Amino acid sequence: MSFVRVQEAAFDVGAELNAFTEAVEGAGAVVSFTGLTRDVAEGDMIAMEIEHYPGMTQSALEAIRDDAMARFSLQGALVIHRYGRLVPGEVIMMVATASRHRAGAFLGAQFLMDYLKSRAPFWKREITERGADWVAAKEDDESALDRW
Amino acid sequence: MDLRYFAWLRERIGTGHEVVETEARTVAELIEELKARSESHAFALSDLKSVRAAVDQRLVDFDASLEAAREVALFPPMTGG
Repeated sequence: MSFVRVQEAAFDVGAELNAFTEAVEGAGAVVSFTGLTRDVAEGDMIAMEIEHYPGMTQSALEAIRDDAMARFSLQGALVIHRYGRLVPGEVIMMVATASRHRAGAFLGAQFLMDYLKSRAPFWKREITERGADWVAAKEDDESALDRW
Repeated sequence: MDLRYFAWLRERIGTGHEVVETEARTVAELIEELKARSESHAFALSDLKSVRAAVDQRLVDFDASLEAAREVALFPPMTGG
């Protein structure tokens, strides 16, 4: 069981998590992570604009999901990622994983997040009073993949 | 061949999409050709450590073959999550 979605619209994290939990069979643990739009500059962010690569994004997310499912023997994995213009505090994305035991679910969620950071074709641009700037990828994000 | 650019690469080049005729056999050869196309291409592609590539919507290294490729995308390191 798996769900992967790329969308502009906001979504209800609680409703998504409940639907996912009901849909997975044989799971003893569900772990979820919610990402929020955060002011990464100097406290004057007006909005975050997220660009993506239509056509590639869905398949890239599905490939990362498939990898996580196989590596951690997950019963299910949920990935929802938004694009477009978001204001600070808005939910930008979520992942959830389900497995028989909690260790696989925690590890699977961490794996998904590490790969989404630097292998899913999204780019963030921060709009502030001072102008607009692309958020640079961090070296840490790339090296986070080495542990897998 | 369809070329697509994203994020600041798109802004520096001045378009998100262009169609080029090329004899390039690899992504690296294509990038060298593109750098000769205009000053904005040369500027956008001046630091290849900050460039990633996808061939037919799959992430690849610069030495990847362009044989049978229909679409090549160039973009900065991704910042999802």
